[in-house]
Amino acid sequence: MALLEVKELKKYFGDTEVLKSVSFSMERGEVLAIIGSSGSGKTTLLRCLNFLETANSGSIRVGEHLLFDGDDPAFKSSSRIRRNRLFFGLVFQSFNLFPQYTVLGNLTLAARLSAKDQTKITGEHESIDEINNRAYALLERVGLSHKCDAYPCELSGGQQQRVAIARALMLTPDILCFDEPTSALDPELTKEVLRVIRGLKSGDNTMIVVTHEMEFARNVADKIIFMANGIIEEIGTPEAIFEHPQSPILQSFLNNALN
Amino acid sequence: MSDFINVTLHLLEGFGTTLGLFFLTLLFSIPFGLLLSLCSKARFSPFRYLIRGFIYIIRGTPLLLQLMVVVYLPGIVFQSPLTKWEMFHGNTALSYFCGALFAFVINYACYFSEIFRGGIENIPKGQFEAGEVLGMTKTQIFFRVILLQVIRNILAPMSNEIITLVKDTALARTVSVVEILFCASEILKVDFIIWPLFYTGVFYLVFNALLTFLFGCIEKKLSRYWK
Repeated sequence: MALLEVKELKKYFGDTEVLKSVSFSMERGEVLAIIGSSGSGKTTLLRCLNFLETANSGSIRVGEHLLFDGDDPAFKSSSRIRRNRLFFGLVFQSFNLFPQYTVLGNLTLAARLSAKDQTKITGEHESIDEINNRAYALLERVGLSHKCDAYPCELSGGQQQRVAIARALMLTPDILCFDEPTSALDPELTKEVLRVIRGLKSGDNTMIVVTHEMEFARNVADKIIFMANGIIEEIGTPEAIFEHPQSPILQSFLNNALN
Repeated sequence: MSDFINVTLHLLEGFGTTLGLFFLTLLFSIPFGLLLSLCSKARFSPFRYLIRGFIYIIRGTPLLLQLMVVVYLPGIVFQSPLTKWEMFHGNTALSYFCGALFAFVINYACYFSEIFRGGIENIPKGQFEAGEVLGMTKTQIFFRVILLQVIRNILAPMSNEIITLVKDTALARTVSVVEILFCASEILKVDFIIWPLFYTGVFYLVFNALLTFLFGCIEKKLSRYWK
């Protein structure tokens, strides 16, 4: 059974149809790269999955949990959306770390708050020590354990993005999404962030990466979606997409992107 | 010399009232201003326009006029002057003080609300979204993530407003609040000496120096997080 199943997702901004019935599915442990030019709807798709935008119709299912059904308004209640968000993690293009918290604080804030809520409901919760230990382990994984007491403003862009990745992993999402994670970084820093993302693949994480890094998509992704004008124009293995592009739009996109 | 000490003591008494008005105004107008700024962004549009209209009226008329309206209007409208209100137990000074305080709180809350609104609108959207995707509630995001960033954004305009407030308290004199300028003019009327009136400036200056120092400290503290 597919881990993620997206069916006929549609999204309008005013009269503009940004997503025109997008459907795809992915398996656990897979890495999916979404490529396409700006305005093709790839970021909107990611934001719909993370419920930062609410799709107008269609459905989203993770495992046996139906997270969204455009026909049923009950799925649009804010508390339900908040719970459903935890199936997904999101790493932003501009990192969006919280400036007033240390690296450790950024990682643990949400976990500490939800532990507090949990105490009120069941009386049982993860202790602060457990939370901190998980955070240390993740920081080690992104190679930043020595920076746990630093503030975001003291870190390079690449380091900030690695912290943001660790922060997203803190909530153990089923699917980790990246929205152009390296677009705000110079080539050197891009490499260090991509290395971390590649490292996560071996850790059996399921990931969706919206990216302009064609090399990365080709080498790391198991499956690639090419989007144009709000539809999935082509979907396939890296080999199929890069070596045997079918549609003329993809061919010209690749020509521009690779040369 | 003993004159100087007596005058100083007398003025200090008045300055106590000035400070009371100052601190109480801050105490009430900051939360009220925050409430107004949130309401002025409410989704329900009639309510939003009502709040914005109210802010427009308060910001568009002199504080001096508002003071007079608050203190004298009850007597005209309800046929019962402020000084006769039961809650003041016939304490005239208290009733004038509370009337003035009310006007100051409303006036400053409106100014603060506009500053807060700007401060909130200047927070990058990504900060809210980062909190949301981490499963935090709106309240948690506001208090744990946004608030301190808002404080940093509004520190400069707020310190300006607050220092203006220190000096604006002098307007309360016109509605018989016995603050420092009132005391100094009493001395002028009774003893025919004018220098205490000029001397009051020193009190304002010293207090504003303290405030400036305090704001400097806060700014320094916050600069730790932003480079």
